[in-house]
Amino acid sequence: MGKFAIISLAIIGGFCMYARPLSNSVRQGLDLQGGTHVVLQAVDTPEFKVNDDAVNRSVKIIERRVNELGLTEPVIQRQGKDRIIVELPGVKDPEKAIKMLGRTALLEFKDPNQKTVMTGSDLKDAKAQMGQNNQASVSLEFTDEGGKKFGNVTARNVGKKIAIVLDGEMLTNPVVQEAITGGHAQITGSRNMEEAEHLAILLRSGSLPVKLEILENRTVGPTLGQDSKEKSVYAFEIGVAAVFIFMLLFYRVPGLVADVALLLYVILLLLAMKYLNATLTLPGIAGIILSIGMAVDANVLIFERFKEEARAGKSLRAAMDAGFSRAVVTILDSNITTLIACAVLFYLGTGPVRGFAVTLALGVMLSMFSAITVTKFLLKFLIYSNFTQNLGWYGVSVPKTEEVVK
Amino acid sequence: MKITNFSFVKHYKIFFSITGIFLIIGIASMIMRPFNLGIDYTGGSLMDLKFSKAVTVAQVRDVLKDHDLGNAIIQLESADAAVEQAEGVLIRTQVINDEDRQAVMSEFKQKLGDYEINRVENVGATVGGELIQQAVLAILISWVLMIIYITVRFQFKFAVAAIIALIIDVMVTVSYFSLLHLEIDSTFVAALLTVVGYSINGTIVIFDRIREALKTHKRKESTTEMVDYCIWATMTRTLYTNGTSLFAVIAIFLFGGDTIHNFAFALLIGMSSGFYTSVCLAGPMWQFLTGKKAGE
Repeated sequence: MGKFAIISLAIIGGFCMYARPLSNSVRQGLDLQGGTHVVLQAVDTPEFKVNDDAVNRSVKIIERRVNELGLTEPVIQRQGKDRIIVELPGVKDPEKAIKMLGRTALLEFKDPNQKTVMTGSDLKDAKAQMGQNNQASVSLEFTDEGGKKFGNVTARNVGKKIAIVLDGEMLTNPVVQEAITGGHAQITGSRNMEEAEHLAILLRSGSLPVKLEILENRTVGPTLGQDSKEKSVYAFEIGVAAVFIFMLLFYRVPGLVADVALLLYVILLLLAMKYLNATLTLPGIAGIILSIGMAVDANVLIFERFKEEARAGKSLRAAMDAGFSRAVVTILDSNITTLIACAVLFYLGTGPVRGFAVTLALGVMLSMFSAITVTKFLLKFLIYSNFTQNLGWYGVSVPKTEEVVK
Repeated sequence: MKITNFSFVKHYKIFFSITGIFLIIGIASMIMRPFNLGIDYTGGSLMDLKFSKAVTVAQVRDVLKDHDLGNAIIQLESADAAVEQAEGVLIRTQVINDEDRQAVMSEFKQKLGDYEINRVENVGATVGGELIQQAVLAILISWVLMIIYITVRFQFKFAVAAIIALIIDVMVTVSYFSLLHLEIDSTFVAALLTVVGYSINGTIVIFDRIREALKTHKRKESTTEMVDYCIWATMTRTLYTNGTSLFAVIAIFLFGGDTIHNFAFALLIGMSSGFYTSVCLAGPMWQFLTGKKAGE
């Protein structure tokens, strides 16, 4: 009795203290924390055909752009031959971010004859700054060679206009006052500091070698994400409470044991997700809730067998042992088939669906573990402590003698 | 007569007819009108926005017309259907490229005021087609793997009976979505596969009993009696497990929010069907496959 009480209280206490912080520390999908998921597709252009190297370089450049946004745990991943997946959790202005990802960002300096005299590759650095009259601008620093080129170009074109063009769009078109040899230049005309910063990021990270089109875009706003999270946590609490009460009402003492095992199961599931770096998605939470309903199944199978054996006249200990050993085969067979479905879902699913498959599969495995081992040990402690021999406490209605004979 | 004397095998005609009628209605519905496929499958754009000041459908449509999207579906998000303007708006359009979508959204900002993004989805048509193939493939593969597993652990006849039960569960769930014209998105496949994994669970538990009973099966006991006994012996477990799982699914359905509503509904239908097919159909089907008629 003592061992049972201590272990149960430890599990219940641990659950109350750690369940919430633990679930918050599991990585959350974009559908819960808000964010943007973008699939970019590299496309052939008349000037340039997509190849492996170009896609790899694009991934690097996109990584640089995304890192400048200062998000926690963004994902940039190459998918297949010519696709790049970008996930931006918690991005504040998804529209601007998406625009920035796909921009080629080819910077050109053009002389009055519209001839390209320099490109972005001559740049060493670009910074946004606030100039006179609160005018946001981007200051450019050239490489040594670029600085020389720029000096020559400006020397040749004093009194004429030089255009700075980004992806064919004129950014600024200043008149050259004198030769500029210091290796620095400025792009004015940004509407505000934020715009200037985005431009600076694009220039710093370099231009994309291929054209990237946005194939797919999914954005969940932070409000909706938060809302989904709160609602699913509520659904979780209600679902779990209902299952717990049900088990207590129908199985009494073993029901309590099963409930304790279920609490441990939830903790184990969260720990497993955390350390396997799994992502918790909205369908994933549904998977957890469902897996609790299903985790009960193993316990029910054991208890029903236990009751049958006890009704047939076996002692509590013998009934428990027989119940466990006979139920284990059933539990294995019925759960392995569910695992097969999970495996298929994992291999063929994408994004949130995959998250769901992982949660459900972990759930099935850990629930088997918790039912077969934890429930068994707890029940053993309890029965061996000779706490009571009254079968009613175990949810077994003692049959009348004539029914046994029949 | 005690309820546990009720024979599922002898009353197979009732159960088979109920299923037959369901399937006929479902298949007819699937043939008569196309599924309500979400943009995951068809491609297209969805914008769920919350404007800082209320807008009308006409205002939103005017902006969309400028971009040749006058045929878009526009819904105001309000509990009251009669309301003429609301802050929340849900817009669905055909496939457009993301630059056009961005242009539409910045025009919203200019003409209708600032908004907060609840959800924006833009999916190209090719992605959608790939997903449908994957979904069908996923379900077929899961069936094949289960036939193999059950054949190894039990017998081929058990496998066939179990898979027929599964096919019925999937068909019934799909039928409901067709009949009620509910939107099918990529989580629907996840729900179907969960139904597959779950429903087979119930069938296996009953078959496990039959497998055990076969070892001690005596001549004087008819197969019908044995099958019925096994169904009843596992009935408490079937009811309890289905009960707790349904609690969980109903909790998700009622309180989980709109985003997960259809997902939970698919689970609800599929799992209920799974309960029915496991208890009422799987056992009798296995018996008929072994060549024994009802009563034998």
